[in-house]
Amino acid sequence: MERNPMGRQLAIMRQSLFDQGYLDEQFIQLEELQDDANPNFVEEVVTLYYRDSARLILNIEQALERKPFDFNKLDDYMHQFKGSSSSIGAKKVKAESTLFREYCKSGNGEGCTRTFQQLKKEYATLRKKLEAYFQMARQAGPMETACRPK
Amino acid sequence: MGVESGFSSPRNDVFPAGLRVLVVDDDPTWLKILEKMLKKCSYEVTTCCLAREALNLLRERKDGYDIVISDVNMPDMDGFKLLEHVGLEMDLPVIMMSVDGETSRVMKGVQHGACDYLLKPIRMKELRNIWQHVFRKKIHEVRDIESLEGIESIHMTRSGSDMFDDGHLLGGEDITSVRKRKDADNKHDDKDLSDPSSTKKARVVWTVDLHQKFVKAVNQIGFDKVGPKKILDLMNVPWLTRENVASHLQKYRLYLSRLQKESDIKNSFTGMNHSDPSSKDSTASFGHHNSMNVMQDDLSNGAYSFSVNNSLAQNVDLKGHEGDRKGITSVPVAEPKGALSIDIPDPNKAKSSHISFDHSLGSVDSGLNFASFNSTNLVQYSWSKIPEIQFKQECEPLQLENGFSQLPLPGSHHHMQTEYLQPSASISSGPSITEKEASSSRIEVKPMYDEYGRNHVKHLSPMEAVDLFPVQSKNHTLHNQVFEPISTSTSSMKSPDVSLNWLTDLEFAQRNLNGGAGIPFTSLSEDIQVCWLQGDCYAMNFGLQDFDCTEYNDPALIAEIPFHLYDAPRFDHDHLFDPAEYSALDKGLFA
Repeated sequence: MERNPMGRQLAIMRQSLFDQGYLDEQFIQLEELQDDANPNFVEEVVTLYYRDSARLILNIEQALERKPFDFNKLDDYMHQFKGSSSSIGAKKVKAESTLFREYCKSGNGEGCTRTFQQLKKEYATLRKKLEAYFQMARQAGPMETACRPK
Repeated sequence: MGVESGFSSPRNDVFPAGLRVLVVDDDPTWLKILEKMLKKCSYEVTTCCLAREALNLLRERKDGYDIVISDVNMPDMDGFKLLEHVGLEMDLPVIMMSVDGETSRVMKGVQHGACDYLLKPIRMKELRNIWQHVFRKKIHEVRDIESLEGIESIHMTRSGSDMFDDGHLLGGEDITSVRKRKDADNKHDDKDLSDPSSTKKARVVWTVDLHQKFVKAVNQIGFDKVGPKKILDLMNVPWLTRENVASHLQKYRLYLSRLQKESDIKNSFTGMNHSDPSSKDSTASFGHHNSMNVMQDDLSNGAYSFSVNNSLAQNVDLKGHEGDRKGITSVPVAEPKGALSIDIPDPNKAKSSHISFDHSLGSVDSGLNFASFNSTNLVQYSWSKIPEIQFKQECEPLQLENGFSQLPLPGSHHHMQTEYLQPSASISSGPSITEKEASSSRIEVKPMYDEYGRNHVKHLSPMEAVDLFPVQSKNHTLHNQVFEPISTSTSSMKSPDVSLNWLTDLEFAQRNLNGGAGIPFTSLSEDIQVCWLQGDCYAMNFGLQDFDCTEYNDPALIAEIPFHLYDAPRFDHDHLFDPAEYSALDKGLFA
């Protein structure tokens, strides 16, 4: 379906992000929003997400250093983080935040800590994958990143 | 939530474009996405990442926005708080959004007056239809103004039926269809509606100071005696007109009523599990029309739907509320789950159940008042004094609003009568309920009302004789019998006009009614939040009252007055309620 090899590779890469569960439909939504007025909309949003969510991650990290845990606060932070993660369709990250919040509700500090580590891992992994994807998209040309059915 | 997806395309291509939307979210990523989405919808977007900033923007340009979309969780101000301010000061439709779809939170949002509650990630298709909230509000505004011009008294009769055992209730109309119809009916108004300037004459900007003066004046006069003229005199603001005050008073009452309803809803919620597919659709509408929500049930499903009234309280401060409650009463109004056998998986549904109560009012035209009255009456617990006050007040508001006779929109009538669900199984009392075809009677509404009123009086007399009349207020002790005579008179009073108004603007009526109830509290403490107490009581009251189920058994009555059914479920609750459970539930839901 893609005309050039780069485009094909890009499409495969993108599809794998969905197939492997890193992204959900929200990402497609973002792609659909991309237009001439904002040709790099998806990338801009993702960049913004990573810039802003770093602050939330830090907040949570610090809150986890204080014992005993303030689960309400943790839940609050994670709620924010989850909301933010939902914006780019970061599926795995979102799943971890959901789990984290469940641990908050049940007062499971150990679960929180563990989940948070996992969350950070997913968060970083996705970032790498998306960065690679966007980089390739830029090389492939602006048209290639435009919406394409899943 | 997909609430809006059910509603179809805009009737007017011009109007939604250029809708001025203010988006408030502390999350910059979402802000960016929403801005883009809204622009794609051809809306005019303003974004802001702080609630306080949003409030300032709104205050600076009161007529600068048509609708507000706000995140629930924001660092500087709770989204609900913002909602409260916007509701009171600007009276703009507010859509709440959150990644958190917990029933309690959605409920809280709607109860605070949100016209919709969207779950993140938000989709374009959900935003595309937000204009409907603006449009709806404008329709109501036009009606409000007109209603103000002709002041009469609206009498409401309330109908309640008891549900036994299962307590399933009935549903009413499909909101969506109602809306559509309504829109269609209002087509002729389009021009006016889309042009705010034509609908509002020199709107006064009610600043916080001005509002304070207003509240002071109201308190000074006493809720049972307030009138625009008196308030105007007391406020002593030269440029203010009686109409300005009247309009604000009305809004204020609506506002208070919403608070009260909120509490009602809470109570009802606690006990109910709803499982009604249709309820979802109704959610959105609820936010908007407090009273309008009707749920349609498919008999085939076996699940009965509730018609819900939504009363959203914008101002509700949960903390304050709880505190008040404790101080005043620890009423276990909660409706035991067992009482209502309805399963409501989602918040919306819960609302609906609550709503059913309102509905009944709405359906009856006059019914609106009833609801409020009932509540008052019911609040017998520790509030004995309070209820009386409320009554009086209610009477007044009703009168003001009754003026509405003006606009009998055919469409609106429709709503009421259209689809009735018969929870036949659930309702032991009314075995022979049959569905009514909505189409049958737009025009006929008037006659029906009259009949209704009479029937109502006769049949219902034992249940709730609550009348709008001040006289009753004094009596409102739980005894319905006392009211009976009054109610009869009321019934006669009920005129087509009222019914029409009611139908057209269910919300309006309800709010007014509720508002009346809320006012007394205000006077007491000057704190709006006080209303909560009332609300609580309200809920509790339901349980107390005795409804005659038998009355409703008459199929004929039922057919005509489906609303009764709605009420019934709630009432049953009281029997079941367990105070302890209630408090627990309440906390869970609203804490």
